[in-house]
Amino acid sequence: MENLAGDRPIITLRGVSKTYRRDTIAVPVLAALDLDVAAGEFLALMGPSGSGKSTILNLVSGIDSPTAGRVEVAGVDLGGLDGAALAAFRARHVGFIFQSYNLIPVLTAFQNVELPLLLTALDRRERRQHVLDVLEVVGLKDRSDHFPRQLSGGQEQRVAIARAIVSDPSLLVADEPTGDLDAASAAEILDLIGCLNREFGKTVVMVTHDPRAAERAHRVLHLDKGVLVEAVRRERP
Amino acid sequence: MRLPLQYNLRNLVVRRTMTLMTAGGIALVVAVLVLTLALAHGFSATLVATGRADNAIVLRGGATSEMMSSLSRDSARIVAADPAVARGPDGEPLAQPEMVVLVNLLRRGDPGASSNVSVRGVDPQVFALRPDIRLREGRMLRPGMDEVLVGRKLDRRFEGCGLGETLRMGGRDWRVVGTFDAGGSGFDSEIWGDREAFLPAFDRVEYSSLTLRLTDPARLADLLARLEADPRVRAEPQIEREYYRLQSRQLADVIRALGLFLVAVMAAGAVFGALNTMYAAVGSRSREIATLLALGFPPRAILASFLVESVLLCLIGGVLGCLLALPVHGVSTGTTNWASFSEVAFEFRISPGILAIGLLASVALGLAGGYFPARAAARRTVSEALRAG
Amino acid sequence: MTRYLPFILRNTLRNKRRTVLTVLSIVISLFLFCTLRTVITSLAASLESASSARLITRRSTSLTFMLPVSYRDRIAQIPGVADASWMTWFGGIYIEERNFFAQFAVDPQRYLELYPEYRLTPGEKDVFRRERTACIVGEKLARKYGFEVGDRITLRGTIFEGVWDFTVCGVAHPATPDLDTNWLLFNGDYLNQRMGDFGQVGAFVLKLDEPARAGDVARAVDATFANSAAETKTETEKAFQMGFISMLGNIQAVIYALGTAIVVAIGLVSLNTMMMAARERTREIAVLKALGFADRTVVGLVLAESLLITLAGGLLGAGLARLVFGLTDFTAGGFFPSFAVTDGTVAQALGIALFLGVVSGAAPAWNAARLHIVDALRHTG
Repeated sequence: MENLAGDRPIITLRGVSKTYRRDTIAVPVLAALDLDVAAGEFLALMGPSGSGKSTILNLVSGIDSPTAGRVEVAGVDLGGLDGAALAAFRARHVGFIFQSYNLIPVLTAFQNVELPLLLTALDRRERRQHVLDVLEVVGLKDRSDHFPRQLSGGQEQRVAIARAIVSDPSLLVADEPTGDLDAASAAEILDLIGCLNREFGKTVVMVTHDPRAAERAHRVLHLDKGVLVEAVRRERP
Repeated sequence: MRLPLQYNLRNLVVRRTMTLMTAGGIALVVAVLVLTLALAHGFSATLVATGRADNAIVLRGGATSEMMSSLSRDSARIVAADPAVARGPDGEPLAQPEMVVLVNLLRRGDPGASSNVSVRGVDPQVFALRPDIRLREGRMLRPGMDEVLVGRKLDRRFEGCGLGETLRMGGRDWRVVGTFDAGGSGFDSEIWGDREAFLPAFDRVEYSSLTLRLTDPARLADLLARLEADPRVRAEPQIEREYYRLQSRQLADVIRALGLFLVAVMAAGAVFGALNTMYAAVGSRSREIATLLALGFPPRAILASFLVESVLLCLIGGVLGCLLALPVHGVSTGTTNWASFSEVAFEFRISPGILAIGLLASVALGLAGGYFPARAAARRTVSEALRAG
Repeated sequence: MTRYLPFILRNTLRNKRRTVLTVLSIVISLFLFCTLRTVITSLAASLESASSARLITRRSTSLTFMLPVSYRDRIAQIPGVADASWMTWFGGIYIEERNFFAQFAVDPQRYLELYPEYRLTPGEKDVFRRERTACIVGEKLARKYGFEVGDRITLRGTIFEGVWDFTVCGVAHPATPDLDTNWLLFNGDYLNQRMGDFGQVGAFVLKLDEPARAGDVARAVDATFANSAAETKTETEKAFQMGFISMLGNIQAVIYALGTAIVVAIGLVSLNTMMMAARERTREIAVLKALGFADRTVVGLVLAESLLITLAGGLLGAGLARLVFGLTDFTAGGFFPSFAVTDGTVAQALGIALFLGVVSGAAPAWNAARLHIVDALRHTG
């Protein structure tokens, strides 16, 4: 029961290395990494800080490029793409969920969720429909006119999730999505993410410190000094 | 593909203090720009209107202004008889000799301050030669009497120049029996009297100049040639309008040069202010920029957005600046034209064109002050921006 | 406070670009301020060197009318007048119109004695008296065109037509440096002769027995010639100079208005910047306070940083003005005898910089003092 959604993995990393330059010092984070992620999979990445887990996230979401190696996501080789093309890629294929929500403070919940749709050719009415639909999914339709400062942490994160799925990307990347939340809100958010994975078939790659979050994943990978160790593999329900 | 305008507007509102202060600085620069242009415009409006394109003014050969020129009665007669001179309905040549002196008069409202005013001895038929000038109040001069007419801009600026008041000049008292409207031209700053009464009063035997109507302005060259060839006269004609334009060119250049220097300097200061503000805006919104980039907005959308914000900010300042400058429209001022050594009064004149320039300048400042910060914002990679936030 | 200087300095360099931009805008604006203020001080300086112990008598109608030279003897008789001489504005052109400088035809016998502040040797004065085409040039004019004794200067007359040649017989040195020496004097008898003995002069210069009686003497002179063919107006030399300045119109008001606009504009800029900087540093200030720095010290640090920036701008701006106008010997085409940035102007500029530093440092300093450490440490910026 390994590849539910097909033969080809949705994410492929081959021989990927990443070195950061801090001032004049070179800091290698990843070295010749290989990784496959199946479509519809829920993957958790764990490890001490500096282990490179966020780096992997940045690479597969097209925010960053590897120093060496090949990154292929949803059939697109990210290596050959320039800034504008990567942006287009992200708009189409990736949804982001950040630890600190990263909502635009001067826009309402509705307008925040609408942002990714401004990059498409949809007209005003269509955009409105999509936004309301996803706000319904996350249960915040009645708060669409509120500004982020008027929402609780959990509600902000739900708006952020709505934003992440509004243009129907196949991949969701989450960087410590529950890091800033209390236990109850955290559980809600994880439920929501799990639901998106199960019911809507979204591939999820999540970086987390929280063992409870990792429990929801199909596969948990540990990273230490750039080396990947598989820890847990569960059956897909 | 574009970020909504509301995003920029709301950000300006949220950071109210910063917006107001930067806009305030821009407003002052634009106000100074508008007022400087209005001053130059008011001044040149005065020049352009002075004199006619079909009149010629004849001075002594080699004289650069009426003040230094002298023309004998005989010379005046000879020039007036030239075929290039148009004739009036009565068949007589439309040519009038005039005598110009400068008289030092006290200014109203500034004790002890005085300026030299052009005092012109004119022909009783002067309005026929200068039909654009009209009597405004009172009545025309009576020949041979100690009476004067005063130009529209003088009655408020100088003591004794109001209708019914008396001026003391050349050891005699002159009654102001009327005021005239010269349409905003230099003549509005003159005092006119009967030429034949002025000559003895100011101890003059000869005229200063002769003004005549040409049958055809193109015939000026012919007139010039004939006068040059005539040994009996030493006289040079020029188009009246051209003469007055040259008289004021130096002063106009000075006003314009000073104004532009001032504005250029202030604008440089304003651009630095705008740059600072925009860099700060970009800096504090680092996380937002990262998010937008992550979401897939291309860098050029970020660039455009910040550029628009900068322009909006400066445009607000531009509008404020224009409003600030408007009350000064119509305020009259005067100075001494050193070329003629006489007073010339003019007003600040704000035109829609000048306001447009002011607004355009604010947009330009917005672009200049916004470009580099906006580019810096767009150039960052997502991870840099996230880290910096 | 001086032990904190390195720390303060380091902080201003934290965001070099912002500091540089702020300093630059202050430099520009204070440079402009100094320029405008120097226009006023230069005009005032020309008044300072004008004497209150001398009177000028001109035709009451205007300066463009002349007076009979025969008036001189009658004026010299009036009680209170120690001596009287005369001068006429020549207004010629030296090579081209933009080489403007003052030229006067003067009474060769007495004029120089009335202006002892311009130093000449007895020999030079003697030649001036005797030689018809002799002329004397002021030191600054001589320096500008390199005139020396024996040089020939040719002027093209505008008021008095023709070509006029003169030979320099002396260079006049000023007793004090602020006196105007951008002029040329020549023998007035020569002018009179070439104009067919017309016996007219532009104005009379009177030396007073007692300067305190200037008003009375002036009135006496004018009374003497009232109701004559050529009425006079007599005033102190200072008032006479003022007359020229007042002809410029309401210059002073315009300059003050502009100066204020500029200062306010830069005030806004620097205030803006300081506040932006301070917002960034909230956490840091909280840490300092947590470490035990007194409120007073923290406020002092904020203010000091603000002052450092504005005073740097002030010094550079005023210094630049002084340098530019000093080096180029700027006279705006001869309009100002000198255009020197006075110490007073520099002091005012620095004063404005100081004021700006205090005002723009005050708000952030006040916030720093009131800051609750706990809140600030939680503040994620």
